[in-house]
Amino acid sequence: MSAPVTNITTPIRLDYTYTAGRATQRFLLGMAEGRILGQRCPMCHKVYVPPRGACPMCGVPTTDEVEVSGRGTVTTFCIVRIPSDVLSVPPPFTCAHVLLDGADLPFFGLIYDCPFDQVRMGMRVEAVWAPREELAATFESIRYFRPLDEPDAPFASFKEHL
Amino acid sequence: MRDVAVVGFAQSASVRRETSGNEVEMLMPILLEAKEQAGLDRQDIGFTVSGSCDYLAGQPFAFVSALDAVGAWPPIVESHLEMDGAWALYEAWVKIQTGEADTALVYAFGKSSMGDLPEVLTIQMDPYYTAPLWPDAISLAALQARAYLEASGKTERDLAEVATRNRRAAAHNPKAQLRSSADPATLLGAPYLVSPLRKHDCPPISDGCAAVVLACGDLVKKSRRKPAWIRGIDHRIEAHALGVRDLARSPSTKLAGERAGVGRGPIDLAELHAPFTHQELIVREALGLGGSVNVNPSGGALAANPMMVAGLIRIGEAAARLSTGAGKRAVAHATSGPCLQQNLVCVLETD
Repeated sequence: MSAPVTNITTPIRLDYTYTAGRATQRFLLGMAEGRILGQRCPMCHKVYVPPRGACPMCGVPTTDEVEVSGRGTVTTFCIVRIPSDVLSVPPPFTCAHVLLDGADLPFFGLIYDCPFDQVRMGMRVEAVWAPREELAATFESIRYFRPLDEPDAPFASFKEHL
Repeated sequence: MRDVAVVGFAQSASVRRETSGNEVEMLMPILLEAKEQAGLDRQDIGFTVSGSCDYLAGQPFAFVSALDAVGAWPPIVESHLEMDGAWALYEAWVKIQTGEADTALVYAFGKSSMGDLPEVLTIQMDPYYTAPLWPDAISLAALQARAYLEASGKTERDLAEVATRNRRAAAHNPKAQLRSSADPATLLGAPYLVSPLRKHDCPPISDGCAAVVLACGDLVKKSRRKPAWIRGIDHRIEAHALGVRDLARSPSTKLAGERAGVGRGPIDLAELHAPFTHQELIVREALGLGGSVNVNPSGGALAANPMMVAGLIRIGEAAARLSTGAGKRAVAHATSGPCLQQNLVCVLETD
């Protein structure tokens, strides 16, 4: 009697061409210039970074473009110690949500130039950009965030953005 | 039963490739237009439900991102189907029947251009024995077309006539994508794409979206258009394995049509979701539609076929035509899956 079939492999591969959309396109082109572009909701005035063209709370188009600062506040963070083939940096490293000054949506980023036990909620940080000649239409134009020599932001200033 | 009416309908133009807007940017003006027709604000909507397919976007939970277009704050009652928006409309109709909502916003979107559509559609097949052979959607439709031509005695010329009629009707539909056609004799001079189908027998690949607003009771009176009442709606499914089905017929359409009450009165017009020419003939037969019925005045899916949307558009188009006095009683049909696997039939009437 032949051995039972315990496994079959049926490979599937599909390729897609992503459409960023008008709003995210503006943001990505901003990245290539070393600028962070968001959009403001005409109803609730929240500023979304990166923008997707809509205010998800009001359900209306966001039309006003706003440039926001590369400085911001860590709203929450974690320290990753699990190695992975797909990561471009070796563990351990810090992932954080950074609420950029002037924005109402935290931005995902890595924290460096700071000992792990000193990363904290409310810590003030700034974006470290890729060298001018390496700037491109990608999130990776911001290499990481590093601490600023500023007092921590009070909890109340970011508690709505956790 | 509560009387539910279509009180708003809007659709984007169907285009081969929408390169500037993402799904949210495509949807926002359409949702607004449908609600405006209905005379309803965001706060008046009791239930929101959508139909789409993450495989078209190539992105898990793409439908959650699309909710950005809706404005889901304060929290809303919401649902999603990985199906054509016509089935989302069915869920909304059921929700209203239960009394849990009096209004519903139904929307659907599909950007087929981002992937290779015939290959993406292969993924809906059985993953062990069928999908690994990569039978694409056109080849599967051609299997069905052959079975139908052999069983019915119809000819390739009959199929070409369906193509010409639909695409010439679409000349009056500014939202359609293919809006003209050569005559059948000229079409038959073209080579086969997948025998017995030629290019004209197949739908265009389309990007698009649409929205329908439903309402019942006094809320119907807020609408700026004459309501089209849903008098019957039903959907049925056939087996997944193509080999166990009679591809020349559509028993699921027939049964859904009977349950929806198609035969209870004369039908003035029909919007049939038949992406391939032979499928229109199969669906017409299953629904018992005679020669006097105006089939696909919009041009149907042969003129514009945004995936996950084209079925919902059939209901919206039929309702819109009743609202403007093109008839008293209409049937709308939607299909999903390979070779007409699942079918939904909706009967609409005006007062």
